[in-house]
Amino acid sequence: MTAIEEPRTLVLDAEEARRARNARLEKVGRWVLPVVIMLAAIFMWDRICVWNEIPKYILPRPGVVLDTLIADAGLLFSSLLVTLRITFFSLVLAAVGGVGLAILFTQSKWVEMSLFPFAIVLQVTPIVAIFPLINIYVDNQTAKLLLCSWIVAFFPILSNTTLGLNSVDRNLIDLFRLNGATRWQQLWHLRLPAAMPYFLGGLKIAGGLSLIGAVVAEFVAGAAGQSSGLASRIIEAGYRLNAPRLFAALFLISLTGILIFLVLTLVSHLILRSWHESAVRQEG
Amino acid sequence: MSSANGLVQQQVEADPLLMLRGIGKTFSNGTTALRDADMTIREGDFLSLLGPSGCGKSTALRIIAGLLSPTSGVLDWRKTLDRDSVGFVFQEPTLMPWANVFENVWLPLRLRGVSRAKAAPAVHELLERVRLTGFEKAMPRELSGGMKMRVSIARGLVTKPRLLLMDEPFAALDEITRFRLNNDLLGLWQDERFTVVFVTHSVFESVFLSNRIVVMAARPGRVFEELAVDAPYPRDEKFRTSPDYAALCRQASDVLVDAINATATDVRA
Repeated sequence: MTAIEEPRTLVLDAEEARRARNARLEKVGRWVLPVVIMLAAIFMWDRICVWNEIPKYILPRPGVVLDTLIADAGLLFSSLLVTLRITFFSLVLAAVGGVGLAILFTQSKWVEMSLFPFAIVLQVTPIVAIFPLINIYVDNQTAKLLLCSWIVAFFPILSNTTLGLNSVDRNLIDLFRLNGATRWQQLWHLRLPAAMPYFLGGLKIAGGLSLIGAVVAEFVAGAAGQSSGLASRIIEAGYRLNAPRLFAALFLISLTGILIFLVLTLVSHLILRSWHESAVRQEG
Repeated sequence: MSSANGLVQQQVEADPLLMLRGIGKTFSNGTTALRDADMTIREGDFLSLLGPSGCGKSTALRIIAGLLSPTSGVLDWRKTLDRDSVGFVFQEPTLMPWANVFENVWLPLRLRGVSRAKAAPAVHELLERVRLTGFEKAMPRELSGGMKMRVSIARGLVTKPRLLLMDEPFAALDEITRFRLNNDLLGLWQDERFTVVFVTHSVFESVFLSNRIVVMAARPGRVFEELAVDAPYPRDEKFRTSPDYAALCRQASDVLVDAINATATDVRA
C-alpha cells in the first residue's frame, strides 16, 4: 500500500496497461510540471525586462533579485527571523487559545452561546482597523505584533475545533456514558481525538494567517515606529525605490508561507495517516 | 424436537433477572415510543425483541441500559447488577477510528482505570473468541464489516457482563457474515452463560438465536405477544435448514403479521 509496484511479470490488457502508464506519468508530472512552468515564468520575466529595457528600480531582473538576496543576506535574514518569531509564537498562542476556548465551549452550551459572538466580532473586524487601538493600549512592540497576529490566526482553529469536538458519534458518547466515563475521560479519550482532523485543518489555515497577521501588523506598526521585520524592510525599500531588495524580501515571505504550509501538511499527514480518510492513500 | 407452543405461561422455575413493569416512554415532542410494557428477563435468557420499526424495541433496550429514563413504570432489578455487569452492542460497530483493535476492546476496562498490561489477558482472550487473534494492531478501517462487528462484540463482553444488550447488531451485514456471527454469538452465549436481550426486525434471526421472543407492535410501541422457541441448543447450520426451524419461523411470522396489522389497543399477551 505504500508505493505503486512495477508490474513486471504481470500480463496486462490494453486498458490496464494504459492506466498503469498514466499513473506513472502523473507521478512524475506532479513534480516536474510545476517546476518547468515556474522556470519558464522566471525566464519570461527576465526576457521582458531585457526586451523592454525596464530599469531595475521599477522591475529588477531575477538575477539582480538573487544577487541582492545574497548581498543583503545579513540584513534580510535577521529581519526574517524577527517575522518568523512573531509568526511562530502567534501560531502557538492561536492553537493554545483556540483549542482552550473550544474545549470551554463544549463543556457548556451556555458558554458557547455567550462567547461565540465575541469571537466572530474579532474575526470579521479588519485587523488594520483594530490596530490603532492596540497601539494605544499596548506599549511593548512585540506584544502588539503578537496580539495582532493572534487575532487573525486563532479563529479558524477555534471554529474548526469546536465543530470537531461536537461532531462525535452519538453512539460512542452513549458507550462512554454506559461505561461511567467522567467528563475528563470523555474529553481526552473521545472528543479530542475525534476533533483532531478538524483542528489540523484549522491549523493549516491559521499557519498562513499568522504569517499574514505578522506582516500586516508590522506594516501598520512599522509606519508608527521602529521595527525590523521583513515588512519594515519592504516599506523601507519602497521609500528608497530599492526594488531588488523589495523583491528579495517578498520572495522570503512567500517562501516562508510555503514552508509553513508544507510543514503543517506533513504534521497533519503524520498524525492522521493511520486512520483518517483524508490521509489514507487510495488503493486499487 | 417438539414444535413451539404459542402463548407462554409464566415460568416460575426460572430466575428473573429484571422485570419491566408498565414501562412507558413519551418524548417531549409528544411521541409515545413505548406504552405500558411488561416483560420479564430471566437469568440465562436469550430474549429477542422483535417488531416493525417504531414499535419501541430500541427504546425499551435503551431504558434497560439506563440511557433513557422511563416516563412511567419501574425497572425491577431482581439481582443487583453494577454497571460493570451490563454490556451494550450498537447497530453499527461504533469503533473509535483512531484506535486499533486492541485499544477499542480495552476501552471499557480503560475507562474503569484498568491499565493496558492488566487488561491484556482479558482483551486477548475475547479477541480469540471472536476469531480476531493477530489483528490487535489493525485499525478499524482495515477491517471488513463483519470483523468490525466482532470487535464491537468483544468490546461489549470484555467487562464480563451478566447482561448483554444488543441493538440490531447484524442488520447491516450481508447474509453469509450474519450467519457466521449468529453462530459465534450463540457459542459465546452458551460458554459464558450471560443473559442477552437482542433487538431485531428479522423473524429468522430471532428464531435462530433466542429461547424467547417478545413480539412488539407499533403506534404506540407496546408488547404484543410473547413466544417461546422450543428448540434445543446448540443450534447449528443443520438447525437452520430443518423443518422445525421453518415451522417455528412461520409461527413467529404469523404473530408478527398480526402485530403489524393490530389496531392501537390490541394486545394479545
